[in-house]
Amino acid sequence: MDFSIIINEYQFYLEGLWTTTWLVAASLLLGLIIAIPAGILRTNNNWLIKGPIWAYMYFFRGSPLLVQLFLIYYGVAQFDAIKESWLWYYFQEAWFCALLAFTLNTGAYTAEIVRGAIKNMPKGELEAAKAYGMTRLQTLRRIILPGSLRRALPAYSNEIIFMIHGSAIAGVVTIVDITGAARVVNARYYAPFEAYLAAGILYMCLTFSVIYLFKLWEKRQHHI
Amino acid sequence: MFDLYGYQDIFLKGAWLTLQVALLSLILAVALGLLAALAKLSHSKILTSIATIYTTVIRGIPDLILMLIIFFGGQVLINNMSYGFNEWINEVLTGYYPNHEWTSYLPDYIDISPYLAGIITIGFIFGAYMAETFRGAILSVSKGQLEAATAYGMNKYKRFFRIMFPQMMRHALPGLGNNWLVLLKTTALVSIIGLQDMVKIAGDASGSTQKPFTFYLVVALVFLFYTSVSTAFLKWAEHKYSIRTR
Repeated sequence: MDFSIIINEYQFYLEGLWTTTWLVAASLLLGLIIAIPAGILRTNNNWLIKGPIWAYMYFFRGSPLLVQLFLIYYGVAQFDAIKESWLWYYFQEAWFCALLAFTLNTGAYTAEIVRGAIKNMPKGELEAAKAYGMTRLQTLRRIILPGSLRRALPAYSNEIIFMIHGSAIAGVVTIVDITGAARVVNARYYAPFEAYLAAGILYMCLTFSVIYLFKLWEKRQHHI
Repeated sequence: MFDLYGYQDIFLKGAWLTLQVALLSLILAVALGLLAALAKLSHSKILTSIATIYTTVIRGIPDLILMLIIFFGGQVLINNMSYGFNEWINEVLTGYYPNHEWTSYLPDYIDISPYLAGIITIGFIFGAYMAETFRGAILSVSKGQLEAATAYGMNKYKRFFRIMFPQMMRHALPGLGNNWLVLLKTTALVSIIGLQDMVKIAGDASGSTQKPFTFYLVVALVFLFYTSVSTAFLKWAEHKYSIRTR
């Protein structure tokens, strides 16, 4: 085993680490923007509102992320209408397809977390809000969202870790994320064990930093 | 509903292969998970730390990377080891018999089948997740039950299989179900190490028909079918096994 390869090619891994970090951070942020309204509307009783959101969440939570990525990265080329429009400029790019697939995927999972947190809301809090004469929107903003988002935090930290791990497939569609960097290094030196082990260690560092930060944050919240 | 351009039969085979890989890895994962959970709760320090390292490392690394390490790295490692063994034994024999000819006592090149590598890797990964589920489940069985079993004169194995196992499975069922759903979706990754599963076949088919969206959509729908059936079954099972506790 020869780990000097990894040390010599550390720029690849650094580039990969950066790509993975921004790809995951951007997907999580955009996914959250989708998830909060989706999770709230999912608790609506009107099927016209609830139905499409249910279908979105059902599809993206029920099928593998890899298939969703392929569906966007390879699949869109099947439609001439998109190929001839300005959209093609973006759909050609692997990073855009990965960002879109990851965003839609984490959006669906996070919406389920938000929905669960709202559903498990203590009834008394809602009744108290009603008794105070708050409107529905006021109740949502002042009572439902702060409480349920706080309760959703541990589940959301798991989702972040799932997203970091899930993003490893970006390397399959030519993106040089951590996995992509390992693939490049392996292709150059044929040293699969060293190349992928180094990638694994990087992912592990990323995962444990996120876990550590969340623990720190949770602790701080309990102190207040 | 979907025109698969003559790929129906091979596609069905791929769908069956995906299910096979998932079910076989589930069996391996449950077995490994149980062992690791028992090791974590045992009084032996060595066993506890081995199990802790196993569950921590596995859950810190993405499944795809683990699969690539085990499949490609394992291949190189095994071949280097068998080559090294051949070299060593030949050298030793040449030392004793100067006219000894080089012979390969172990095969020079062992090909790991992607089918086995896929099952072993996925089973190995989800064993770590199962371990956490089982650990919680074991802890939730009340101590009095085991003490009563000891008082009845049951030995270690009887205590586990008659008293602990049936009761812990009820607590483990929701977590087990969740792990199964994640595992099922992870099997899509075996296409990357070259197994002819649904995803790989869809890739080949879309290359020749220029209909990638159709094929990958069908793959997604088959996965949706698998997860839906699993969810329905799990709901039924959870309902069934919770009745007696009420």
